[in-house]
Amino acid sequence: MLGLLTWSFNLLNHKMFPIAKSPLYYFNSFLQQVGEVGLLFFQTFKNLFKKPWEKRIFIQQLEEIGVRSLPVVSLTAAFGGLVFGLQTYLGFHRYIGPGSETYGGPIISLGLSKELIPILVGLMVSGRVGSAMAAEIGTMKITEQIDALFSLGADPTRYLVVPRTLASLVMLPCLTIYGDIIGMAAGFFYNVYIMGVNRVLYIRNTLLYMELWDIMSGLIKSAVFGVIIALIGCWQGLRTEGGAEGVGRATTRTVVIASILILIVNFFLSKALPADI
Amino acid sequence: MIRVIDLHKSFGQKKVLQGVNLRLKHGETLVIIGQSGCGKSVLLKHIIGLFKPDKGSVLVDGVDIAKLKDDELHKVTRRFGMLFQGSALFDSMTVGQNVSFGLERYTDFSQEEIKELVKESLAKVGLIGIENLMPYELSGGMKKRVGLARAIAYRPDIILYDEPSTGIDPIRADAINELVIRMKEELKVATLIITHDMVSAYKVADRIGMLYEGQIIEMGSPEEIKNSDNQVVQQFIHGKAEGPIKNW
Repeated sequence: MLGLLTWSFNLLNHKMFPIAKSPLYYFNSFLQQVGEVGLLFFQTFKNLFKKPWEKRIFIQQLEEIGVRSLPVVSLTAAFGGLVFGLQTYLGFHRYIGPGSETYGGPIISLGLSKELIPILVGLMVSGRVGSAMAAEIGTMKITEQIDALFSLGADPTRYLVVPRTLASLVMLPCLTIYGDIIGMAAGFFYNVYIMGVNRVLYIRNTLLYMELWDIMSGLIKSAVFGVIIALIGCWQGLRTEGGAEGVGRATTRTVVIASILILIVNFFLSKALPADI
Repeated sequence: MIRVIDLHKSFGQKKVLQGVNLRLKHGETLVIIGQSGCGKSVLLKHIIGLFKPDKGSVLVDGVDIAKLKDDELHKVTRRFGMLFQGSALFDSMTVGQNVSFGLERYTDFSQEEIKELVKESLAKVGLIGIENLMPYELSGGMKKRVGLARAIAYRPDIILYDEPSTGIDPIRADAINELVIRMKEELKVATLIITHDMVSAYKVADRIGMLYEGQIIEMGSPEEIKNSDNQVVQQFIHGKAEGPIKNW
């Protein structure tokens, strides 16, 4: 899947068009890239339990991924919630009839917490943080800083990839739950304060039909998205070649591959995770 | 101390190393010369374990480093100090943090002791009171010296230099040469330098080896290299465009 995405990206890249390559080349490239990411995932997992733990970088990354993403997550979640509230109101009002709009509450909450917010947070963070990881590690690669780490006896995976992956794994669910609150509040605001839907019934219906699992399944998805973003960003950074142009390519690839992977993996997770427990 | 035996390495169709053999003894300074792009840095990266050979081996005190597991390899690489061509200072860290990188992670020294060792290492390369500066605030020559301070802070047995005089003016290049000699005398370390700067090579080397077409074609003292009968060596050390070397 991953290689297919990179292959599509390469095909769209104008520099690739003049060069005709055999299907076997792309198949080999696909297998190689899947292998690279698989190996990086395995090494990251293996190094999770080894000392020394890079606490300073982990805390820096918590701030970078979590705290600094709050403004963009607030905006996207708020407008996501507003537009979802708007369409839900219209749907109930038009097809079920006046008075049924109070049932929009659980629909909005369910849609936001299970699907929209985890995806929006994943896409925003892949654009903001995944690209930054690729750029930072890519620059370190081309200026031999990764080699310097190695020469000082430090494992680049343990030093660079592990703290970023862990921080991303922790912060994506945190951002998602924050986005859930903002989005649901925005949906409530639109329906109750702008369209005049009954506040008590809206809240009662939401609490009646909404389940904790709806929020939990969204958090599980966002944790998976966190690992995808960090791994793709670090992988692209570590395989950067060719100076400033290479760094630019790595950042673009990170955003494209991570975003598409998030959308694809989201579908399969929605299918695999039970509707309720 | 270090033995490179029949080392081969290719990248795609390009054969970079085609059977390199060399030996670095304790307390010796060996300089490897050769054209740009002839595989000198690739050789160095094999010695430090960054690359795995296609064929052949690199032995450090008799241990084949290509066969070591990651953790064992990192223990061996901590015996090396390496000065990179572009210094490779960590640009998100201060000078002090750069120099103390290895000490903080892999020793039991207290913070006070680490501070003293950082000061001492910087003083050895002639830099005082710059611990809190960021790498972008330093000149090219200062960066090289901080890179060297970082390499020696961990008290390595072997120091590797990748083009130490490239990119700096002749006076600073000579100052770096003096430092290389001083480090060898003070720390009693084995030194391997790769360069194409013959002035540096003659000044610091105990032995000089020339890498050409993936092999060491000549090895000897600076005097022996100067008087070599090999036309390739003569063309290179005199910096002539005319001669057997055509691929420039």
